[in-house]
Amino acid sequence: MVHFAADGRPLPTPTPITAPYFDGLREHRLVLQRCPRHGYFFYPRGRCPVCLGDDWEWGELSGRGTVYSFTVDRAGHDPALASRIPFAIALVDLDEGPRLVGNMMDCAVDDITVGMAVEAAYEDVDDTTLLAFRPAG
Amino acid sequence: MGKQAAAIAGLTEWAPKRVWDEPMFTMEACARLAAEVLADAEVDKGEVDGLVINGLRESPMFAPSALAEFLGIRSNFNEVVDLGGATPAGMVWRAAAAIEVGVCETVLVFCPSVPAPPQPGANGGPMKMKMGAYMGGEVWGSPQGQFEIPAGLVAATPSFAMAAQRYMAAYGVSEETLAKVAVDSRYNAQANPLAVFYGKPITVDDVMSSRYVADPLKLLEIVMPCYGGSAVLVTTAERAARGPHRPVYVSGYGEHLTHKSITYAPDIVDTPIRLAADRAFAMAGVSPDAVDMASMYDCYTITVLLTIEDAGFCPKGEGGRFIDEHSLRYDGDWPLNTHGGQLGMGQAGLGGGMSHITEAVRQVQGRAGERQVPNCDIAYANGTGGMLAEQVALILEGA
Repeated sequence: MVHFAADGRPLPTPTPITAPYFDGLREHRLVLQRCPRHGYFFYPRGRCPVCLGDDWEWGELSGRGTVYSFTVDRAGHDPALASRIPFAIALVDLDEGPRLVGNMMDCAVDDITVGMAVEAAYEDVDDTTLLAFRPAG
Repeated sequence: MGKQAAAIAGLTEWAPKRVWDEPMFTMEACARLAAEVLADAEVDKGEVDGLVINGLRESPMFAPSALAEFLGIRSNFNEVVDLGGATPAGMVWRAAAAIEVGVCETVLVFCPSVPAPPQPGANGGPMKMKMGAYMGGEVWGSPQGQFEIPAGLVAATPSFAMAAQRYMAAYGVSEETLAKVAVDSRYNAQANPLAVFYGKPITVDDVMSSRYVADPLKLLEIVMPCYGGSAVLVTTAERAARGPHRPVYVSGYGEHLTHKSITYAPDIVDTPIRLAADRAFAMAGVSPDAVDMASMYDCYTITVLLTIEDAGFCPKGEGGRFIDEHSLRYDGDWPLNTHGGQLGMGQAGLGGGMSHITEAVRQVQGRAGERQVPNCDIAYANGTGGMLAEQVALILEGA
């Protein structure tokens, strides 16, 4: 579910299961669930997507990863984000395994490449913090 | 030897249009499509005992029974298929399988995509095609609404653009090679009066100079959303043999999916097409080099490149060279999407996906007119749904 920021931007509405992830982002920490057999997984859910076990624990990740792929939205596919174009959307493979999606910050859209090293960045919007990525420092 | 229990015996297809000036309820559209496809197959409505739809705007619940009631059909097989762009191909094999196991004999498969008459009190005005960018992902509890939508990963184009970007980094295909797919499709559309781009050929330069929509995809590499509609009739091989057209066996089929959002695709350049196509070819007992024409879902140019590779027509990484070395035109050495594809014909909602099947059927039946591929006996047709997510492959063979 989404709700909308004061500037019209769509924001995530956490559920009882995903709330700890979003609470972590608000503290500028990346925390995901870790299955004792299959490691970290994303997105948060009640059972490990490999074994359906429910004996996972929350753990904090480095936030470091590499760009698996990306695109630059130049058309405003979401009219609510039209004022932000051009903006980059990246799929990032974290060093610990899971693949996440986020916008790229602190980097010209034309400077992004597949395989570039990135680190987690945190974008505070109203009462929510969104996960983003920036070139690794 | 592939399956020969069920065959496509008739079809109907409306010209896709950007603006639809004859609004219809979905049920009314189905009635008109039914009348047309029954006439084409020379089958009486009383013989129909199966219905396959994607849903019914006028009856979101109990959709098949609402349609049976509306059409006056006593139906033994009633299916709602929800596979995005792969829905039409998924509908056809489900109908064929139901006929093979004997639960029904003659199935109408509907793909209407037209606007309803204006609701009293709602704004009028011309009805242009519009699709919600969130595609239902905004509902409570949806992972897509919490992770993809806030990042702007909405609609379909950015997801396919990321597949193209990854592919270019991994295998180095040029944007000009991808553009050729759009150009050859447009060439084919010039032989299809139903095509929205009939009378409007394009060049590689046109594609290259069109604006970037989501890097690296440009405007002319992206389908034009339209209204339209189509239907096919699937029946027993025995009944099809008594019809006016060459029966087209649904001789092999396969389906595969793993994810909804592209973020969670196991590998965005090695797609679910592979497993769907492998199963379809194995079931039909033919190899890719036996195919006389291919009808590949082409929401974007990159979709065609990935389908050529993953369906087994060339090795992974050589799709670009394959496209450069072959003419994909109806009069070329490797006829592909001879109706113009959706890139050239327009994407009439579900009818866009069905256009790959109707065209393959026309070619195998020998009624493709100016764009007929000589001696066309075996066609490969497939559907791609969502974000390179749902995959259905069909082998269609003439009796």
